[in-house]
Amino acid sequence: MGLENVIAEALPEVLTTQLDSLINWARKSSLWPATFGLACCAIEMMNATSSRNDLARFGAEVFRASPRQADVMIVSGRVSRKMAPVLRRIYDQMPEPKWVISMGACATSGGVFDNYAIVQGVDKIVPVDVYIPGCPPRPEMLVHAVMMLQDKVSKESARDRRDVPEEEAREAVPPGTLPVTDGSTARLNTLPESRPYTIASRHERRRSS
Amino acid sequence: MASEPENTEGTPIPSSEAAAPSPLVAALQREHPEWISDVIAAFGEITIVVPREQIVAACSFLKTWPESRFDFLADICGADRGVEEDPRFEVNYHLFSTTKHHRLRLKVVLSEEDTHVSSVTGVWRTANWHERETFDLFGVIFDGHPDLRRILLPEDWQGHALRKDFPLRGYEPYSLT
Repeated sequence: MGLENVIAEALPEVLTTQLDSLINWARKSSLWPATFGLACCAIEMMNATSSRNDLARFGAEVFRASPRQADVMIVSGRVSRKMAPVLRRIYDQMPEPKWVISMGACATSGGVFDNYAIVQGVDKIVPVDVYIPGCPPRPEMLVHAVMMLQDKVSKESARDRRDVPEEEAREAVPPGTLPVTDGSTARLNTLPESRPYTIASRHERRRSS
Repeated sequence: MASEPENTEGTPIPSSEAAAPSPLVAALQREHPEWISDVIAAFGEITIVVPREQIVAACSFLKTWPESRFDFLADICGADRGVEEDPRFEVNYHLFSTTKHHRLRLKVVLSEEDTHVSSVTGVWRTANWHERETFDLFGVIFDGHPDLRRILLPEDWQGHALRKDFPLRGYEPYSLT
């Protein structure tokens, strides 16, 4: 994000490991999820923060309605094709470092909805860190996934996840800006020229290479 | 127990034009026989097949006619009878009267080559979104509609999802990456 990048670049390599453990400890101890309930899995996600399961024990109870304040996107439910650009946009709006939990069979693989309307796995849209099976998964499984994500965070380096530079961010085409008809005629075959919805973040590019 | 059996909703009604299934249809038959190309009565419901060119005139007449007063358009839905059928598509208008509490279904059949039908948004404003939905999912084009865009599927969608020849999984797997 901010200071830790500057420190990590300014200091010699030998100190970075120590600094990483400090930064990762801070990061993993307060993973704030973005509110992204899509279907019945969202009910279990809400239950994970309830008094019985108490996700607050792991520092992940503060569900933020603004992606700007969130660290983790919990995709809980089936993602329709119409929702896909919206989901990607919210992911793009989250500042680095950010992680994604794919909750349930539908978000992971499309589940029982093997049809035209549902994206067959949210990893077709955003990079996923932890997958949870189940239909729906129990709240305990979500808590377990958060713990697995904490393990993963603790093994990362501050150099791995940085903000996308400003000039790169400007290249991204915001989704949902497709041309709208004037309504006088029906468009049948006038599709907008294909263009990317977004650019790959540096973290994604590092993964794919 | 009543000795005289009443004509309940479940009883089949003869559908020949000579014996009109309801006084309403009989009266409409006398007023405007050119609007009625067929009458189907089944399961206690009456359907009038209307020629495509007459649908707006029939709808605006039925809305204000004292015999009918269909002031509420409950639904417009499309149907695909199958790729090999001709006419392949149909558009169904479900009418209801909030004052007289009766219902009627109007049906327009369309061939695959020419899926145009006039819009009834001028009669009932609620037809706007119903017609957009029918356009979105079946590709029926409503001439004169003020804003005929897709309503359920994404704007850049290809094809019409409820047509019988639309593949269940779509034309290609979706991915942003």
